Amino acid sequence: MKTKKLFAKIGTTFLWSVLTIITLFPIYWMILVSTRTPVELFGKPDLSPTFFEKVHWKNFTKPFIDGIYGEYLLNSIIVATSNAALVTVLALMATYALSRFKLPGSDSIFFWTMTNRMAPPAAFLLPLFLLFSTVFRIGDFTLFDTKIGLILLYCVFNLPFAIWLLKGIIDGIPKELDEAMVVDGANLFTIFRKLIIPLAAPGIAVTSLLSFLFAWNEYLLASTLTSVHARTIPTGLSEFVTTTGTNWGTMAAVALVSMVPALLFLFAVQKHIVAGLTFGAVKG
Amino acid sequence: MLFSKNKKGWLLLSPTIIILILVGLVPFFYVLYVGFFKWNPLAVDPSMQFEGYGFNYRRLIFDQVFLESIWRSVKFSVVTLTLELSLGFLLALSLLSSFPLKSFFRGVHTLPLVIAPIVVGSIFKLFTVQGLGPLPHLLKDYFGYTLNYGMHADQAFWIIVIMDIWHWTPFVTLTLLAGLSALPQDPYESAKMDGANNFQILVHITIPMMVPVLIVVIFIRLMDSLKIVDEVWMLTGGGPGYATRFTGIHIWKEVFEKRYYGLGSAMSILYLYFTIIICWILYSVMVSKGKDED
Repeated sequence: MKTKKLFAKIGTTFLWSVLTIITLFPIYWMILVSTRTPVELFGKPDLSPTFFEKVHWKNFTKPFIDGIYGEYLLNSIIVATSNAALVTVLALMATYALSRFKLPGSDSIFFWTMTNRMAPPAAFLLPLFLLFSTVFRIGDFTLFDTKIGLILLYCVFNLPFAIWLLKGIIDGIPKELDEAMVVDGANLFTIFRKLIIPLAAPGIAVTSLLSFLFAWNEYLLASTLTSVHARTIPTGLSEFVTTTGTNWGTMAAVALVSMVPALLFLFAVQKHIVAGLTFGAVKG
Repeated sequence: MLFSKNKKGWLLLSPTIIILILVGLVPFFYVLYVGFFKWNPLAVDPSMQFEGYGFNYRRLIFDQVFLESIWRSVKFSVVTLTLELSLGFLLALSLLSSFPLKSFFRGVHTLPLVIAPIVVGSIFKLFTVQGLGPLPHLLKDYFGYTLNYGMHADQAFWIIVIMDIWHWTPFVTLTLLAGLSALPQDPYESAKMDGANNFQILVHITIPMMVPVLIVVIFIRLMDSLKIVDEVWMLTGGGPGYATRFTGIHIWKEVFEKRYYGLGSAMSILYLYFTIIICWILYSVMVSKGKDED
């Protein structure tokens, strides 16, 4: 029995080692490609690590400093940060309303917000494109190719997600606490500031980080609804597809840079990622 | 008192509702409206023409390419779901026992989840493309197998299946693990007392108790894989031929390359209804299963 357990342990460790290699190998190769010159990439793939002094920095400087990708990066940061902030504030307000007030039809409203998340974005490309470029206009200003357009648009999938995630948390704060504060003469703003936000702080942090991540990672809508001024880093990455004679080193460098926030967040949200990605239906 | 004042509640909800109407509901009705017209801004007559109710929809019923793209998306979803569920379940079970470096392995396993689909597409492109990636070379040298998914339709389909497994199995694993860790322990103890073996315990206790979590996983994965566009676009661009042209990509091509606005709208509506019906069925199963639990 003892040896059997030992074998199981060795087998499991082996299985997971193989999996880890499978997970990391393609990423490792991308990092290698980003450090090499086009000539070095020619021929049989060389899997040995590149030493620091041999890194071909031009792969990074060419798109981000000389090229347009620095601007794409800035757009991505602005869009994702503003969207995360907007979504967190609005979702907090909406969730509080859904959780505390006896609004007629609040269940239907809740379900309706969720259906927005389930819809395939490809089905909305054409109407959004037409609405953004022609219908939603004030004078000469249209939402097409603006950061504001993207920030509002990403609410479609981030708001439902944030409301779902926050609902479990705010429902968990006893109503009696709010009522006691009202008796003391507190208004809604004070309740939020003194009670809801401090108690829900970890949940709010996770919500905003994951909203940021979803906005940062979004590609399809951004690529259709922007042309020059508001392009984000994922849309920039796809520009490599159509170029003939792709410069693989540069492409790998751009892909690597656009992965950085994801890697940073991994450490922050790892424990909550299951609850986040399953909409809180399964607690992680 | 505070909670009887519905006005305040609506005030708090209103920004959310306004934004969702503006970028969710209005586009929906707009696409429904455009779907009734023949409209191609590149055609001789670039205006919207009314050709009778359901004109575009009648065309779509006989549109081989569109119907095939739906069938392809369904096939893809079922294949990836089956493989990811079996692999993920196995891995989740293995994570219940203790072994060296477990938290490190788990941490690495979480990594693909946070990477953008378009970046996953890039990673796989760099890894598998002919003349650059190590994978075609390794397969050629050790197995004599030629990987060139730019030429072979089957290879293109399966490389996307593999990419999806790489990207999303961790989600299945971690979700199932969360479910497994939350299971009550009493049934296990009594089963062991009765002398049940591990396999019997798995089939008769673990899997039945996991049904609600499994449905959540199936629901979310199915929704996402029916939507797939980004990584496929990056890796194969929908080709070769129509081999990896899933519904989302097909709509994009019809609308933004050929400018078939009317027909594309009808496609969007059908695609939307198709996913909503599947989601709705699964959702009602989920809710009824949830009620059984209580």
